[in-house]
Amino acid sequence: MTATLSDTTGANNGDHFQSHYIPSTTGEQAEMLAALGIDSIDQLFADIPVEFRNPTLDLPAPLSELEIQRELGGLATKNRPLASGPSFLGAGSYNHFIPAIVKALITRGEFLTAYTPYQAEASQGTLQVIYEFQTLICNLYGMEVANAGMYDGATSLAEAALMACRVTKREKVALASTVSPAYSAVIRTYCQSQDIAVETVDPSALNLDGETACLVLQYPNFLGYIEDLRSSTDAAHDQGALAVVSCDPTAMGMFQTPGHYGVDIVTGDGQPLGIPASYGGPYVGLFATKQEYIRQMPSRLSGRTVDKNGKTGYVLTLQTREQHIRRERATSNICTNEALYALASTIYLAAMGKHGLRQVAELCYHKAHYTAAKIGELPGYSLPVSGPFFQEFVVQCPAPPAEINRKIMERNILGGLDISEQVPDGMLICVTEMNSKEDIDSLIAALVEFR
Amino acid sequence: MRQGGNRQTEKLLMERSVPGRVGVVLPDLDVPAQVLPDNALLRNELPLPEVSEPEVVQYFTGLSLLNFSIDTHFYPLGSCTMKYNPKINDEIAFQPGFAGIHPLQPAEQSQGALDLLYRLQEFLGEITGLPAVSLATLAGAHGELGGMLMIRAHHLANGDTRRRKVAIPDSAHGTNPASAAMAGFDVVELASDKDGNVDLEALHEVAGPDLAGVMITLPSTLGLFDTNIVEVCRIVHEAGGLVYGDGANMNALLGRVKLGELGFDVAHLNLHKTFSTPHGGGGPGAGPVCATRQLAPYLAAPIVTKNGDAFELSTPEKSIGKLSGFHGNFGVLVRAYTYIRTLGGAGVKSISGNAVLNANYMMNALRGTYHLPYDRTCMHEVVFSADLQKERGSSGLEIAKRLLDYGFHAPTMYFPLIVHEALMIEPTESETKETIDAFIQALIDIDREVTENTELVNNAPHTTPVARLDEAKAARQPNLRWQPEAAD
Repeated sequence: MTATLSDTTGANNGDHFQSHYIPSTTGEQAEMLAALGIDSIDQLFADIPVEFRNPTLDLPAPLSELEIQRELGGLATKNRPLASGPSFLGAGSYNHFIPAIVKALITRGEFLTAYTPYQAEASQGTLQVIYEFQTLICNLYGMEVANAGMYDGATSLAEAALMACRVTKREKVALASTVSPAYSAVIRTYCQSQDIAVETVDPSALNLDGETACLVLQYPNFLGYIEDLRSSTDAAHDQGALAVVSCDPTAMGMFQTPGHYGVDIVTGDGQPLGIPASYGGPYVGLFATKQEYIRQMPSRLSGRTVDKNGKTGYVLTLQTREQHIRRERATSNICTNEALYALASTIYLAAMGKHGLRQVAELCYHKAHYTAAKIGELPGYSLPVSGPFFQEFVVQCPAPPAEINRKIMERNILGGLDISEQVPDGMLICVTEMNSKEDIDSLIAALVEFR
Repeated sequence: MRQGGNRQTEKLLMERSVPGRVGVVLPDLDVPAQVLPDNALLRNELPLPEVSEPEVVQYFTGLSLLNFSIDTHFYPLGSCTMKYNPKINDEIAFQPGFAGIHPLQPAEQSQGALDLLYRLQEFLGEITGLPAVSLATLAGAHGELGGMLMIRAHHLANGDTRRRKVAIPDSAHGTNPASAAMAGFDVVELASDKDGNVDLEALHEVAGPDLAGVMITLPSTLGLFDTNIVEVCRIVHEAGGLVYGDGANMNALLGRVKLGELGFDVAHLNLHKTFSTPHGGGGPGAGPVCATRQLAPYLAAPIVTKNGDAFELSTPEKSIGKLSGFHGNFGVLVRAYTYIRTLGGAGVKSISGNAVLNANYMMNALRGTYHLPYDRTCMHEVVFSADLQKERGSSGLEIAKRLLDYGFHAPTMYFPLIVHEALMIEPTESETKETIDAFIQALIDIDREVTENTELVNNAPHTTPVARLDEAKAARQPNLRWQPEAAD
């Protein structure tokens, strides 16, 4: 940076700093100050009590773009990217193929640097994308209405539990023990302050009561297996409770939809739909429900309407649910969500389409089942959970999974998640279309060697 | 509005679908096919579009051209801080070493990411004077929820169960009362005085043993620095409450004052405003929470800690718990880190200086043409009222819509709620004087049009892809997804 650090001390520190992000020159600043009849920027801050004004600001010296590329490029090399070797880690963030067009389109400045589409006439692109997103998420989950997206899969599920409490006017959430521990933790945080009780239940032996607002499930469940959504949903409905399901969107490429089983609220994380793992975010929360609950939904909705000349257009609608209108009585405090990644998911679903998404799901299914069968044959390893699964499954290891993972990393293989807290010596392995047969065989070889 | 190519955008994806078209080709299965599960578990129909790759690219590019954006238009949106979003920040965040790493991979394989997050925690702590930082919250309102849950946890840890009430100024953003309610509090509205400051008498009235705290936006949404702020913090603390800071307007204060030194206990920042990360048409954002050391044990999990030379994720001792699936919006955090590192201390301070200078210059130039309900030095934004124009037949809404025809995004309208016909204008530091002068001239020209050609203003916009939309119809007969005709 060719910084004119002519004045880096005292009250004017910063006022004459020429950044490449700030066009005004010292001369232009002087013109503007003259128009105001003052001679320094510092005078504009006179409302700040003088004893607190211009504190020391201990930040490192600025770096030029060249230097920052070097510094952060260096930091990035201290991480191991998924693409740098075989990777079998899932558990809520999945390694799927992302077509090049997704990044090419979401980084167009017209999408990337647009504001929330409150001014509909100036935001038809974003609004139509949201409408497309709502349509495709409904089609994916077999539901009637979807919103413009939430922060992530965990917060979507927590907000669904809160919504079920509003709909049923009850204050108890039955949380299946097979829901992701991270998602369960977020549900507890969201419920604790509103005096909503959260009870853990075994989804294979349900015994719900008439005080329960909802039954919360995951599909496929945290361990990767397909639960009987029909009987769970019926059990919830029998007690006047809603069925709330967090659902992996990729599994929808082949498995029956939650909507088919009568589920009331379906949530999910859109990350598998064209969004990089990015150390956990930004992702986008998916949220769909039945038409009758529309006014209890959180977050934005784009609606189709006409302009005054009769031309089709889109607007944010049913905003009386939201915080900027309803304030403390809003359905949620959510405002900024993850619009850019709703766009990414929409582009992904458009490109993958009917055939591509099915193919992705089937590749994951066959590769995961091939891997499971191979591991099941290895001495010392077993598959302790039975039942149909999608792309993740549990392996019981002959040694602590953390130890095995450390050893196989010596061959640059990223193993599955250590779930020994849930299953003794358990490892949750995820196989997707990104894992070639060669990757899988190298995992099998490493597991044999390091058991 | 410029004409953006001639690709049709009217037809939706499902309407474009042609059986047999594919948008992506995937590799063949390279392992033996496995037994499929019971057919009853599988879906028959997958109603997704069948379109080719060129169509997808052309359709979405066509849609993008229907948008205003910072790269194409000036956005004088008050309290939204629509500044330039540096491209290097995106490039850094998209590197495989950042975008391609799994949130659950062991800490040994994520040291670069953890190091960056640790440094960002330190930077944000330094900038706010609130040194205990959690980056786990995913947007401004999410940070508010986190901060308010910390206030709740603090009182409960002291065995103080009576503090159910949170006072919030009438000028506050709607997320404040909504977040306080989500955190389980009862909301009390706090009046503003004639200068736009918190009314100290009103504050005294609510500052009792049931007050959990107050939520203050500084500068307020009137664009004013509350000259009573130190007194506000003192009164609340004396009553046993805590002070929450909504950092939406931090662009005005960078390097000028630290919230922690003024007496704030906990605050959130909007990285997608102050720290230049792109707004993305409504997100992603990031809303880190910064707090005093006293409140550090309550921070949302996880935070990054340093153990010798190694960085790790940890859960604070009395944490309010997890608020998001993983560790925060990492890609957004990388961009904000890059921004701060590019600017350094002097650069960070130059942001507030130029942002406040631009806003005051604009206020001065338009004083007299538009009514200025609070005529004092403003911070990074200025709130006008269109009352004078309304008397002549055009409301704030109509003026805002007319601005679209001049190629400027509308200002924030009808907010804050305590100003009639509010037009809230925030130029930010990243606009040129030429743009600011052109915008001033546009508002002066529109004022003249209100007198000379009211209809022209009241029927605006005339140049956008659609004219004014029927919002009542959208709400009365909600059409929220495309469905085949036959199903209607």
